[in-house]
Amino acid sequence: MDFLRPTSLAEALEMKAADPAAVPIAGGTDVMVELNFDHRRPEALLDLTRIEELTGWSSADGRITFGAGLPYTRLIDELGPVLPGLAMASRTVGSPQIRNRGTVGGNLGTASPAGDTHPVLLACDAVVEVASVRGRRMIPAAEFYVGVKRSSLAADELIVAVHIPSATGPQQFSKVGTRNAMVIAVCAFGLALHPAERRVGAAIGSAAPTPRRVSAAEDFLAGELDWDSPRPLTDSVTSRFGELVASAASPIDDVRGTAAYRVHALSVLARRTLTWAWQEYSAS
Amino acid sequence: MTSTLTQGGIGTNVVRPDGTLKVRGEFAYSSDLWHENMLWGATLRSPHPHARITSIDIASALALPGVYAVLTHSDVPGENQYGLEHPDQPVLASTVVRYEGEPVALVAADHPETARRAVALIKVGYEVLTPVVDVEDAAHGRAEPLHPNGNVVRHLKIRRGPQDVSADVVVSGVYEVGMQDQAFLGPESGLAVPADDGSIDLFIATQSLHDDRRQVAVALGLPLAQVRLTLSGVGGAFGGREDLSMQIHACMLALRTGRPIKMVYNREESFYGHVHRHPARMYYEHGATLDGRLVYVKARLYLDGGAYASSTGAVVINASTLGVGPYDVPSVTLDTWGVYTNNPPCGAMRGFGAVQAGFAYESQMDKLAAALAMDPVELRTLNAMSQGSLMPTGQVIDAPAPVAELLRLVSVKPLPGKASDSLTDMPGGVSNTTHGEGVVRGVGYGLGIKNVGFSAGFDDYSTARVKVSLVNGEPVAWVHTAAAEVGQGLVTVLQQIVRTELDVSTVTVAPMDTSIGDGGSSSASRQTYVTGGAVQEACRRILARLDGRPLADVLAGQELDELVEWRHRPTFPLDPETGQGMAHVQHAFSAHRAVVDVDVELGLVKVVELVCAQDVGRAINPDGVVGQIQGATAQSLGLAVMEEILVSDGKIRNPSFTDYLIPTMLDMPPMVVDVLENPDPHAPYGLRGAGEPATVSATPAIVAAIRAATGLALPRIPVRPEHLVQEALEEVAQDGLLGGQ
Repeated sequence: MDFLRPTSLAEALEMKAADPAAVPIAGGTDVMVELNFDHRRPEALLDLTRIEELTGWSSADGRITFGAGLPYTRLIDELGPVLPGLAMASRTVGSPQIRNRGTVGGNLGTASPAGDTHPVLLACDAVVEVASVRGRRMIPAAEFYVGVKRSSLAADELIVAVHIPSATGPQQFSKVGTRNAMVIAVCAFGLALHPAERRVGAAIGSAAPTPRRVSAAEDFLAGELDWDSPRPLTDSVTSRFGELVASAASPIDDVRGTAAYRVHALSVLARRTLTWAWQEYSAS
Repeated sequence: MTSTLTQGGIGTNVVRPDGTLKVRGEFAYSSDLWHENMLWGATLRSPHPHARITSIDIASALALPGVYAVLTHSDVPGENQYGLEHPDQPVLASTVVRYEGEPVALVAADHPETARRAVALIKVGYEVLTPVVDVEDAAHGRAEPLHPNGNVVRHLKIRRGPQDVSADVVVSGVYEVGMQDQAFLGPESGLAVPADDGSIDLFIATQSLHDDRRQVAVALGLPLAQVRLTLSGVGGAFGGREDLSMQIHACMLALRTGRPIKMVYNREESFYGHVHRHPARMYYEHGATLDGRLVYVKARLYLDGGAYASSTGAVVINASTLGVGPYDVPSVTLDTWGVYTNNPPCGAMRGFGAVQAGFAYESQMDKLAAALAMDPVELRTLNAMSQGSLMPTGQVIDAPAPVAELLRLVSVKPLPGKASDSLTDMPGGVSNTTHGEGVVRGVGYGLGIKNVGFSAGFDDYSTARVKVSLVNGEPVAWVHTAAAEVGQGLVTVLQQIVRTELDVSTVTVAPMDTSIGDGGSSSASRQTYVTGGAVQEACRRILARLDGRPLADVLAGQELDELVEWRHRPTFPLDPETGQGMAHVQHAFSAHRAVVDVDVELGLVKVVELVCAQDVGRAINPDGVVGQIQGATAQSLGLAVMEEILVSDGKIRNPSFTDYLIPTMLDMPPMVVDVLENPDPHAPYGLRGAGEPATVSATPAIVAAIRAATGLALPRIPVRPEHLVQEALEEVAQDGLLGGQ
């Protein structure tokens, strides 16, 4: 196995172009598990940890751009106030040690339906910046996930950065697991209120072949919420929202939970997170 | 002669020598062993739970550069049959495989990766057979026999008191326990080093050096003296290292290649490489008077032993003899079957049969309390056994049994206040599933009884050698046993005993190996009792040689050296028709109170507090005792709410720590522990084995608390979120919300 160690993005892209089968590795929290269990034996690993531009972040015009190699711990500490939903999701990833190593870029690269950050990236209209020697492209999160552990990344491309608007309203992330920490999602839900645009972003994880936006539920709320003079939500609104979220799921039965449980739990998470977010909005 | 002059004797919190190293990640485990010139061993395992082997082709594997040996059943030098109680398990499968993961062939190579690739090149032809997976079918002759004597490893009957009984109030239930794993953190590993004379040294993480040696020697066709075992760093055991894993395999490869062989399982292989806790299905009926006195217990227990016997026979004895709990029951009719199936082999795990029964009888006690409209604490207190009580076997409890007092201690503790607003205090934790919505509190109680030591006539002994000499004018002691330090703190306990007995502060514990006689297994909460007893006796024989002279004076001209083989009082086999007899040397008791918060909409559980009281007779190392109680309780919490090896058609579905979940710090709450010290007059220092009782009482207490919060019956553990929101899930199905699939 070759171990490629580029020191700049340009060098990394050339290496990836020359050897599209090379597997990028940053935190290694997914890749190393696969290697150790012999589930995967790539010919080459492309180590991204020496590329400085992948680990920074910047802020301009109400948008945050952070490098694909920014560890969860730094995201939580440094961007928590402006990206509260993403920070909440990052907080549920693995253990402190895993969060010190793992990155959102890795979460995207693996593109598991159970990846913790995906529902928030979808709800917040994040855009994934990818690059190759052919140039750069911007992929909206909603177009990034195309199947179970498959993304729209081309073989010669690397994930470079995530562009995401700073929060302009309350955000929530909620995930069900069968223990109280260090657990892979049985199902997850991300919610972002966008008051300026009078709309809500919402997405589910671990409940379909890909992370998925729940458009019908989003549209329903856009019609129900009174942004100018917010009143407590009626049970019928939160329940209907929960139903619409649940009905967008197409889950399976597996060792982590049943399809029926996932559907039910999503409706509960949707109701609760909406209530919390709307209370926060109403109080502000 | 007991002295308290020397610091660090019994009853003090001596710090363990391995503690700091383990916390700092510097402790050398058996997986860290290394030898110049060594090769790596790897194992080919059956992908099928039940199949006939039609062919094995090793040619391509042998041809791989770097491969030094590929061995199959025909290469087993001695008997291709071993086992803890019954030699029914092949070292390498020859004609048939009986469980998924059964070893079929071995490889030695110069690199672990090469060994793994060679394993993948071995071609085995299988004719797949239908697996036997149902425990009751296996017990009652409704399944194809998997072994020459059929599928019943043991059927034990207990018949106590009048058998034609009825009662005013009767409750019954069917209870199930899933397959729990010991989940020790150090995977199976060891190093076999061949010697020029054809003998072998095995450095190994095990619970019992001599049990291992006996089985290894038979399989290798070597006399015992030519098989030498030395204990290596053990990363936890909990019963999962009573049976052999890679011991014989590494030795076979070493003898064949003439090179040292290292074998280390990874986590996935570990799930296939050791026995688990027996899953159980249990039918119970309790009868009581209107004022709550137990009249009878009738029960049938089925324990799934999987493909090979392992310690199923002994597990059956414990589940049966302890099967009604720490209660006075005048009439008992109880049958337990331990059977063969094509499920993963099951054997020893902390609590050993008592855990499964404990979940059932404690669930029954709560059900009975509800039927009588009695407080569950009051009902238990009314029926609690005490010194002088009779076991279902007729055995008299001839040592303190303060069952009611243990229960009182946990029940009078102040209840914890409402949870804080912090997510870490909520069901779901930082996953942010509730801010208090749907959260309902429940409180539950559990009592448990566990035997200590090996039972039913087993010749249970240990061997210890203690030597005292002068070093630089100071007396120093040296103690040698073959009893395995598996992380329980035995090294420290033995030092404490020597200090107390001989009033010598410097005590060296020699490496544990087979150059001394058997120390018995580090199982059944027995080592402090039995090996501790042997060390105490060796010390006392040394003292007897002093004739009242000061130790230093006597040591001026000689060293004092005593080798002792020490037995606890005998136990006796049970009557085959009635199950009557003095089966156990000692009984230990514990009580738990559990307080839980349940998110009743999502089915998520946060155990808020666990209170335990346990009588240990004498706490040799009080901190060690509390650690045992906390550890046992944590493992029981796992069984109550998350830990299960999921098996479908004989196949394990979750062989990893990604999906076999064990409790984290956010799952295991703070504990309040009361340790009682009512001495057992038959035991050294009056001590009582401490490692297991809490595994019996914690699980039912937690489940009782969840029942109290939800009103659900919950007859199966682990309790999963799905079980707690069943009504809502039925609505999901009715509403056709799954149509999107």
